Amino acid sequence: MLALRDVTVRYGDTPAVDDVSLDLASGQVLAVLGPSGCGKSTLLRAVAGLEPLASGSVSWDGADLAGTPTHKRGFALMFQDGQLFAHLSVARNVAYALRLRRTPSARVATRVGELLDLVGLSGYDDRLPGTLSGGERQRVALARALAVEPRLILLDEPLSALDATLRERLAGDLRAILHAAGTTALLVTHDHEEAFALADRLAVMRGGRVVQQGAIDEVWREPVDEETALFLGYARVLRDDAARRVLDAAGLPPAYAVALRRSALVVDDAGPLRAVVESARVTPELVRLVVTVEGVGTVDAVAPLGGRVAPGDEVSLRVDVTRLALLPITP
Amino acid sequence: MRRIAALVALAAAPVLVLGVLFVLPVAGMVAEGFVEDGHLAPGAVLDVLARPRVHRVAWFTVWTSGVATALAVALGLPAAYALHKLALPGRAAVRAALIVPFVLPTVVVGVAFRQLLGEGGPLGFLGLDGTPAAIVCGLVFFNVAVVVRTVGVAWESLDPRPGQAAAALGASPWQVLRTVTLPALRPAVVGAASIVFLFCATAFGIVLTLGGVRHATIETEIYLLTTTVFDLQAAAALSVLQIVVVVALLALSARLRATPDPTAQRTVAPPRAVRRSDAPVVVATLLLLAAMLLPVATLVLGSLDVGDGWGLDNYRALATAGEDQALLVPVTAALVTSLRTAVDAMWMALLVGVTVSLIVTRRSHSVAERRVRSTLDGFFMLPLGVSAVTLGFGFLITLDEPPLDLRDSPLLVPMAQALVALPLVVRSLAPVLGGIDDRQRQAAASLGASPWRTLLTVDLPVVWKPVLAAAGFAFAVSLGEFGATSFLARDTDPTLPVVIFRLIGHPGEHNYGMALAASVVLAAVTAVVVLGVERLRVPGVGAF
Repeated sequence: MLALRDVTVRYGDTPAVDDVSLDLASGQVLAVLGPSGCGKSTLLRAVAGLEPLASGSVSWDGADLAGTPTHKRGFALMFQDGQLFAHLSVARNVAYALRLRRTPSARVATRVGELLDLVGLSGYDDRLPGTLSGGERQRVALARALAVEPRLILLDEPLSALDATLRERLAGDLRAILHAAGTTALLVTHDHEEAFALADRLAVMRGGRVVQQGAIDEVWREPVDEETALFLGYARVLRDDAARRVLDAAGLPPAYAVALRRSALVVDDAGPLRAVVESARVTPELVRLVVTVEGVGTVDAVAPLGGRVAPGDEVSLRVDVTRLALLPITP
Repeated sequence: MRRIAALVALAAAPVLVLGVLFVLPVAGMVAEGFVEDGHLAPGAVLDVLARPRVHRVAWFTVWTSGVATALAVALGLPAAYALHKLALPGRAAVRAALIVPFVLPTVVVGVAFRQLLGEGGPLGFLGLDGTPAAIVCGLVFFNVAVVVRTVGVAWESLDPRPGQAAAALGASPWQVLRTVTLPALRPAVVGAASIVFLFCATAFGIVLTLGGVRHATIETEIYLLTTTVFDLQAAAALSVLQIVVVVALLALSARLRATPDPTAQRTVAPPRAVRRSDAPVVVATLLLLAAMLLPVATLVLGSLDVGDGWGLDNYRALATAGEDQALLVPVTAALVTSLRTAVDAMWMALLVGVTVSLIVTRRSHSVAERRVRSTLDGFFMLPLGVSAVTLGFGFLITLDEPPLDLRDSPLLVPMAQALVALPLVVRSLAPVLGGIDDRQRQAAASLGASPWRTLLTVDLPVVWKPVLAAAGFAFAVSLGEFGATSFLARDTDPTLPVVIFRLIGHPGEHNYGMALAASVVLAAVTAVVVLGVERLRVPGVGAF
């Protein structure tokens, strides 16, 4: 298993990664989620051995990797844009690490065939990277990284260079492939959808520090502070009276702060909250509203399609308790 | 069609200039060999090419150039890595020091090597004086900078991530170099090697001073045949041979040189801290630096040696015309002539070079247009490879009667030198102009900027430094130009390289001492200009 202890990486005087400790058990996928510039890519490069540590340690199965250069770590790194070798064919790219190990060519050929099959690119052997689409390139990069069965695979925003539909499809494939191969993976991303699609565990990073980590549903249900909540896709954070009012309406004990998703308040004639509609926008699945709730302020709400809700209307709202999170913060 | 017509109209002026000042003289020189009594007589040329001496000369040219190229690449690659990828202390200074030899006047380098390798010189015991080995050393000394520059600039802007991806896949540093880095650098290495071969094969001053009559290359043989034997037919035959080889080589190197994607921004990877494992590369670089400084140091020491101690006598003597009236004018007068000539050559090379660069880098809208542009591009590269001697002699025999009687014009020498410098100017400016994303110009135009205004606000801010740098290079090249100048400069109005060559050819201890002192002065002036250019930090200048 991978263990990071108090890892700090500096660029000049500014710490890009500040005192980060993480654990990753074998066979698991950990996503490090954070906004761009938070130091997550630097962390990944430090694990790969491409950035020197200012202090702290990276170890695998208890052995410190400080003196081990990148090529001896057995960690495959997959870049955001694949970084295929443009002068080699697809098959030669996938076979790259196998050839380094002087694998007999018959074995190389079968393994390349298997891997291209696994990523759904059989028959692409002789194509050059320049002729592939973005998604195909990422698949080849994945096959190349998996070729020598690395003990850890490092993924740097593997899907963010792709367009939305492709991203969704490849995310499912990637997860299935990682699980089928039983690979341990460390993934960094700024997109919580990507993290949810791929990972078992989640670490949230901000300003070079890890602010929260745990099982992915746990982190998602209990964000540690307001910024984390907003980054995880919660729309608004209410405090004090506003929070108490909403919790009361939900039948929950009072707390200082609560984070609401956009669908936490639902139009319902039997609901306990009264509100005035500010604006309404129809989406394919429901109507998204912005409403002003007495004693709470401006919040988001949803109404089922077909209902007639227009700005200026008075509506009643109920609270969906699965769409909110209590924040463990105090004034 | 209208665009092509406009393009041709714009290109007319520089094409005319190159036509009259380059094609005409070279064609005149060539015709000298082929035309006999007004009839075409190619047989004589073939006879010349069958001579055993010509075979020997051709073979000597090829093998010395080949060996020198291989050595320059072998010595240049480690230095390119150390100076462009590692955070060595003082690397900017070392980089600047290594670029100086490239523009040092050939005659000066010849003198320095004779001083170094000759009897009584620090390396005299090696017995290399007057051997082919000395010539090869001189050629390497000259051209290592081209390799360091060209490959170094390519290396530092190489995307580091493919190498890192390879390392993460288990490739050792050596394997990364072999399987990822070198393939990516191949265009730069091949480009540098072919240009170095070209420079070696057409080197003149250095071969003449080090090899004399005994070891002649095609270039010096052309000179000897025209000036001492007066066998113009043979000289013309050799010129043709050289032009054919050079054009073929240029075409080949243009094909091998990958065209960079103009929309890709050039990013320079920050230099890496030096590690213990870098020791061999660093040592190789330091040895190279020492080897480069040695001839220069010997030259300076030699110029201060006045027989019975040290002094500035040789420098004082520069105000005289030398012992036994070796010269018609004092050396100081020649220096003034040199500087004046260089200024004229500089503005001429810039005027033509900037126009040509603008023409060849504008985006083409059709295949035909692109073809016209790339033909022009190749056309203006021609002076790079055609022997300066051929050019100089061609000037003499074609521009001597009205309406083109330029023989007495003070601009004759600057014109020839400007032509020699022209390819360097174009090579410095064209990549910069070509690297400006055309969409920037389109954006400016869409915001209401006229073409003139676009040039002023989009192109000029990017290009002014390279223009200044190219001007400096043209100036330096012109200062040191010897091949064409040796034909064209009048005895009463010689340039400094010509004077130095006269002085070493004349007997007399004092004349030799003066030659050394004059060489130091010329080298110093050139070095100051080039170091000034270096301070502008234009990455492409001096790279090919």
